[in-house]
Amino acid sequence: MGQRVPHVTGYLTEHFADDAFGTLAGYRARGGYETARRVVTGMSPAEVIETVKASGLQGRGGAGFSTGLKWSFMPAETDRPKYLVCNADESEPGSFKDRILLERGPHQLIEGILIAAFATGAEKTFAYVRGEYAFPADCLERAVAEAREAGLLGERIFGTDFRHDIVVVRGAGAYICGEETGLLESLEGKKGQPRKKPPFPAQFGAFGMPTTVNNVETFCHVPHILARGPDWFRSIGTEKSPGHTLFGVSGHVVRPGLYELPLGTRLDEIIFEHAGGVPDGKKVKGVIPGGMSMPILPAGQLDVPMANEYLRERKTMLGTGGIIVMNEDTCMVRVACVVTYFFRDESCGQCTQCREGTGWMNRIVERIERGGGESEDLAVLLDVAGKMEGATICAFADAAAWPVQGLLRHFREDFEAHVRERKCPFPASFEL
Amino acid sequence: MVISEAVRERIEAAKARFPQPRGALLAALHLVQEELGHIPPEAEREVADLFGLRPVEVHEVVSFYNMFHSESGGRHRVYVCTNLPCSLRGARTLLRHLESHLGIRCGQTTPDGRITLGHEECLGACAYAPMMRVDRTYHEDLDPERAVRILDELE
Repeated sequence: MGQRVPHVTGYLTEHFADDAFGTLAGYRARGGYETARRVVTGMSPAEVIETVKASGLQGRGGAGFSTGLKWSFMPAETDRPKYLVCNADESEPGSFKDRILLERGPHQLIEGILIAAFATGAEKTFAYVRGEYAFPADCLERAVAEAREAGLLGERIFGTDFRHDIVVVRGAGAYICGEETGLLESLEGKKGQPRKKPPFPAQFGAFGMPTTVNNVETFCHVPHILARGPDWFRSIGTEKSPGHTLFGVSGHVVRPGLYELPLGTRLDEIIFEHAGGVPDGKKVKGVIPGGMSMPILPAGQLDVPMANEYLRERKTMLGTGGIIVMNEDTCMVRVACVVTYFFRDESCGQCTQCREGTGWMNRIVERIERGGGESEDLAVLLDVAGKMEGATICAFADAAAWPVQGLLRHFREDFEAHVRERKCPFPASFEL
Repeated sequence: MVISEAVRERIEAAKARFPQPRGALLAALHLVQEELGHIPPEAEREVADLFGLRPVEVHEVVSFYNMFHSESGGRHRVYVCTNLPCSLRGARTLLRHLESHLGIRCGQTTPDGRITLGHEECLGACAYAPMMRVDRTYHEDLDPERAVRILDELE
């Protein structure tokens, strides 16, 4: 366990096979913390924010918002303490990249946090690690202790007035705490129920103070952008979606794993050339391209570049880059059963549309799978999903509705066959 | 008192890491559960006293998060991830196999109090499926035989 490295590496993960890279000495031997030193001793916070804005870096936690713009929302002149939150509550089914970034490169993350803290004037970072990630949290704790010991955290960092510290916090098992305001509630010792916005976290965040929340991977790109410049970053990926990202490939492929590749790499290239295609000579039936919340694509639409500007044309999104591949035997009603059960289980219960809608969708698809579906059920499913969309405090209800809509858009015949035959017509599909 | 003096001291130390003491509530509940195996109502009341909260405010947190248990369980808690990436690679088949090996259903505890078996939503091991979590530890790329061996070695 634990010792997982990507099959294809790049600037984020090129040293991940080296155990020493996880230690302060090993990280420094690769030039680690030199970028943070140069930034803190030689640049102004505004220059750092401008550099990150110019790079076009988009958050890697799912929403894809401009990181530099997010940082610029933090009030520059304020007497209140400012905080950063590192969102390491990675819980999106199909996504496991942040875990590997924590396990294999915790100092790269800390260096990114230091630069972000300098840019935003934050005095403290809360790194919120999902409760189940005991080993990754230990890796980060150990690295934070090493950095503190070496004076890279604490007072007078790099001999300047800059001070910062990182507090590692463990969650306790709740998908919704990956939503940034649900996370903030959890950080304050409460149920992780998302907040109404506005006010946004930059005005009223953790403990009521100005706060910026960034995903683990987002922070990890930052030292590279400051070291090599925004033009270098923009030369990788697509015009609108620059840089590498970590694609996680799972499901029916020969080589499941992580692949660090430029944004805009074609989905079929990732599945067939990198991950070796589907085992046993079988064909692909469908692929979820960005973690389970994102709508599925059918086998005929895999020629899409993995960047939001292209994926949106196919009515789906990059999300967290978790690619779930399903072979030709797969029953898409069973897929709907798993997906809707998950969202039913994880709905925080705050908004009626979500609390009731997720359960309703799950009961209908389970009935269809058992052979008890009626022909009106598909219309009811779409009606419920449509009424959940955009109607709630956070995006969880959309994330629950989109996959169901996607499955019905591309695999309606699977549902209709169940209703017609009054049983599941896919005996070779994965067991439910 | 069900919470030991040592854990109380660690809870006080955890409070100091946050701008407001309540930030340490999840950390406190983890510590209590590590000591007691679960979080009984008496422990909720004691934690409430330590944080100046009402017991119901602690209970609503305990009941919200999947990893906190109000009921006692086996000496080891074993969870098979059954989300989509794992199910595609045989997680449900694995879970059925473990149920029949242990002679219990998912959600139950073996009569000798050794193992509570459960299933969990995505644990972030999608490429290394199927997998199970035994207490703090992930076991990945499992086949039924290896999973059974791992369980048989638990005390």
